[in-house]
Amino acid sequence: MPDRRRFLLTSTALAGGLLCARLAAAQQNPQRAALLREVTGGAPVNAGRVTVDTPPLADNGHSVAVRVMVDSPMTAQDHVRRITLLAERNPRPVVASFTLGPHSGKAEIATRIRLADIQDVLALAQLSDGSWWMGGAHVVVTELACLEG
Amino acid sequence: MLSRVQVPANARRGEIVQVRIAIQHPMETGYRPDNFGRRIPKNVINTLICRYNGSEVFRAEMGSGIAANPLLQFPVRVQESGEFVFEWRDDSGERGESRAVITVSAD
Repeated sequence: MPDRRRFLLTSTALAGGLLCARLAAAQQNPQRAALLREVTGGAPVNAGRVTVDTPPLADNGHSVAVRVMVDSPMTAQDHVRRITLLAERNPRPVVASFTLGPHSGKAEIATRIRLADIQDVLALAQLSDGSWWMGGAHVVVTELACLEG
Repeated sequence: MLSRVQVPANARRGEIVQVRIAIQHPMETGYRPDNFGRRIPKNVINTLICRYNGSEVFRAEMGSGIAANPLLQFPVRVQESGEFVFEWRDDSGERGESRAVITVSAD
């Protein structure tokens, strides 16, 4: 395997691992725990299966492209029911909720969000069996939203 | 409200197509003052529903964290020709609607 590819693979795996560890640690953060409880109604949240794709550095917090992908076969028995996007350092941390189903074919949504601060953008996915899964991405914003006036 | 729906014109049966909608809307957060320093009240598109041949295939409940001129993209597996119908409503009660037709071939 070429060196560059091996480097990319190991570095993404490492970054993913680090992020998972960070997310797990952050679940002990009481503010985040309260926010997660508000969304899931107190159900446990597992780390993994959810990928949040954002630019690591966003010039403009007024419009940051976000894509969420969930690892799911999207069959009638096993599919993603709902994806909720969170930006916990925004004045209103629950950004949006999307309802999907087996007719979606794959579990993926894309939109553009506002970010009021440098933060982790989190995505929570509820599967058809009721379980919750979470992923996130850290976004550095140079010009923040919600600061005018 | 101006909007644009993008779906491919043609697809094969069972294919997953990407459906995209962009709506012209300020998505007022409620935190922004006008030129006289008065707060502009929050007014965002709070609910959007997409139906394909009458059955719901996607729903978005949105807050002020969605950027102005919201853009949404999602996949749908299409089995037969038909029409995507989008309906949405903002906090002021204003409604919008947009449609797009797709032709699905058998093989």
